[in-house]
This record gives sequence, structure tokens and C-alpha cells, in this order.
Amino acid sequence: MSNAPANLKYTASHEWMLLNADGSVTVGITDHAQEALGDLVFVELPEVGAHFEAEKEIAVVESVKAAADVYAPLSGTVSEVNQAAVDAPESVNQDSYAAWLFKLTPDNAGDLDKMLDAAAYQAIAD
Amino acid sequence: MLKKTVLNAAHRAMNARMVDFGGWDMPVNYGSQIEEHNAVRNNCGMFDVSHMCPVDVVGPDCRAFLSRLVANDVAKLQISGKALYAAMLNDAGGVIDDLIIYFLTDTRFRIVVNAGTAEKDLAWMQGKVAEWKMDVTITQRRDGVNNLGIIAVQGPNARTKVWEVLPQTKAATEGLKAFFAAEVDQYFIASTGYTGEDGYEIMLPAGEAEALWNALHKAGVAPCGLGARDTLRLEAGMNLYGQDMDETVSPLDAGLAWTVAMKDDRDFVGKSALTAAGQQKQFLGLILLDKGVLRGHQQVITKQGNGEITSGSFSPTLQQSIALARLPLGVAIGDEVEVDIRGKLLKAKVVKPVFARNGKSVI
Repeated sequence: MSNAPANLKYTASHEWMLLNADGSVTVGITDHAQEALGDLVFVELPEVGAHFEAEKEIAVVESVKAAADVYAPLSGTVSEVNQAAVDAPESVNQDSYAAWLFKLTPDNAGDLDKMLDAAAYQAIAD
Repeated sequence: MLKKTVLNAAHRAMNARMVDFGGWDMPVNYGSQIEEHNAVRNNCGMFDVSHMCPVDVVGPDCRAFLSRLVANDVAKLQISGKALYAAMLNDAGGVIDDLIIYFLTDTRFRIVVNAGTAEKDLAWMQGKVAEWKMDVTITQRRDGVNNLGIIAVQGPNARTKVWEVLPQTKAATEGLKAFFAAEVDQYFIASTGYTGEDGYEIMLPAGEAEALWNALHKAGVAPCGLGARDTLRLEAGMNLYGQDMDETVSPLDAGLAWTVAMKDDRDFVGKSALTAAGQQKQFLGLILLDKGVLRGHQQVITKQGNGEITSGSFSPTLQQSIALARLPLGVAIGDEVEVDIRGKLLKAKVVKPVFARNGKSVI
């Protein structure tokens, strides 16, 4: 069974979310996702300031095996991206919850409550 | 229901990540594909390729049969054990399969064909035996009684590891040059492979495969999945059937002209179509200069028109993305071209379609 920390929220498309004190949401891919993809070799992140609707492609992660889209878990504006994940895609394999991808400022703060909790996500992923 | 090789339980015991590979339940990796890739380039790794199908071709007409069946010329096979890489074509000159033919005696050859094409290959061969009224028996050796397992042991230390585990095979195999096979007791050991490294492909009675697999593992040979096999063959510039060529593609447009013996008056299936059509495309390598990963089916934009990537991935040896591509005639090695990756045009350089061999980049 892959690891899914209880303090995070999840999507069925294998993104995790963490609510920050300033109201922004940090997003990454789950341990299950990195394991299914295998060794990551390329990460492409959105522009800071760009706005995305929920469930639209926002980033790309590619392993030796395949390319996978990362979807915006909720509608919002990109406030920050993690350049370290672009420079070292393997860091996402090593710890996908430390190697976050981007932060979004949600259009509606309440959207996060609709997301899956760890138990619900585990039920889908495993 | 997925088909399983005789090593299926051994893969699961080694925590392999299993995938559906053309109807076969096969290991894609045992953890890290890149580590497995590097083990083969730098030391030694092993692959279960028991999903591939050995086919024995036996009878007085076997040489005449093979001479008409495939585009390469089995007349090149004069020393017992010698192997030949060849394409089997349809009447339109498209590739039914690519295969290796081993010459054993004048009445016995062995062919190894791809997993996903085995049934259609066998039907095609049986059809030609009947059509040409030849005295040849075709017997597949993958399924049922007398079936064989195949383990590929590849890498600079592969031979030493095999001799450590099967010392009785050393005398017969240490002098083997590339692309030869020797039979020792129940083992058929060939100096062939799909990685660009030295090594052996070992066929043996299926019931003994798991013991050999585990003995090699104990001797320090890294189990490697089909993921690493794909990046290794891509770096070595070796074609993958179904991706780089298929029944709609001429071998001349898939970089396989070196395997087509056209010059003399020998006739083979597909020859007249190849002669009429000639070469329409070039099969070349690409190295991505920008950041990203080249993949099959991406469009390549050149001054001479558009081409298409047939296989692409990230090269662990070169640490950048590489691809094999079918490009318009006139594109030259050294040209800079563009590849459309999700709507962005990224720069790539055209190179010879060989990227790494024997542990090193050849770019």
C-alpha cells in the first residue's frame, strides 16, 4: 500500500493538496502516482500568475516510461512553482510529498473541503 | 486472462511491477528502471524473454524455404551456430516480423520471433510450406510440451556470470563471436541480445528456467524489466516491432536496408514490391536539444517536410532525450529540426541512429 499522509487532501487523478496559512494550496503528485510512473526524468510547471480551471492540465511529469498530465485540483491562480522539482525530477520519486510542484490561490476557499481525504484516496489508489 | 511465462512467480517474489505487455503479464521493473538500465551498461543484468517464441524449422528443404521466406539471405549462414537477423515480409514488402535465424545443421534451423506476432508468423510460415510444397516441419517451442524458457543475460560481466553459474558451458561458449549460438546439453546459448552490450541469450527447458534465474540472481545478476530493455535497445539503435516498423512499413524505410539482400537473383517474398517502391523515407536518430522527452508519434518538422518519431524516451546513458524517427529523404545527419511536443516546437539534432554501445555514448 502506498503512503498517503492524513493531513493532506487528494484527487482521484492522484494529486495531493496542503492548505497553507496564507490560504494558498500546495500541490504535488501522490506516492502512488510516482510509483506507477517510475523514474521521473522531466517536470514541466505552469507560469506563476496563470489561472487554471479545476481539472484542466496544469503541469506535466514524464518518466522514462511515459508522460502524465497533472490536473489543477481546483480553480485558482498559480502563486509559486517549485523549480527544485524541475531541476531534479528524481526528487519526486524520493519523496513526492516533500517535492511539491506548485501553489495555487483558490478562487473559492471552500473547494478544498470537497476533496478526498486520505482514507478515501487510499481506497481508490490501492 | 493474461499469459504468464514460467518465471512469473519468480518476478512476483522479487517485487516486480507487472504490466500487460501484449497479452503477457510481464515485469516492467523491479524498482528503478534507470538502475536496471545502468546495471546492464556497467555490470550485468538479466531479462525474462520467455514470451518470445522459438520456432524449429526442420527438414531437407529448410534452407530453400528460409531463402524464399525472409529478406536477408540465409546463404550467409555457412558455419554451424551462426545467427542472422532478418525481416519476414508480406507481398507488399511490409514487415510481418523481424526475427533471428540460427543455422544448426543443413536440416535444422531455429528461429526466434516476437511475442505478439508469434501466432500470425507461424500461420504465415505454415502457409508458405504448403504453398511451396516443401519438405519442412515448423514447430513452435514456447507453449505446451517441450517448451523452452529464454533468459537474456547482458552486460560487460554477463559471460563471466553465466560461466560461474553454468561452468559446463564455458568451453563451448567462450570462443563465441557475436551472433553465434552453441548447444551444450539442454542449453542453447547464443551471443545475441537487444541491449548493445555483450552477453548471452539462453534457451533451456522451461521447467529449469526458474532455477537458472535464481542462481544468476544469487551470483549478483540484476533482474531487469521490459522498461530497461526498451531504453537499452533504443540507445543501441535497435528497432522494436510494432513501433518502428509493422506490416505497412518497408524495411527500407525502417533502417533495415542492411538486412535486405537485394543484389543477386534470389527471389523472396516482398522483393518485387521493394524493388518497385525503393526507399521512400530515412530512418535516423534524434537528440533533443531543449528540455523534454521525445515520444513515439510526435511530429518532426524539417526543411524537407514532416516526419514522425517512432520510438523515443530519456537516455540514461546520455542524460538527455533520444528518439528514432522516420524522416523525409534529404534530411542530413547534423541538421537541426523541430519536434512538436504538446504544441511547443522544441529543437532536436539529427544523428546516426545509434546512441550508446558497450557502456558508452557513441554520439
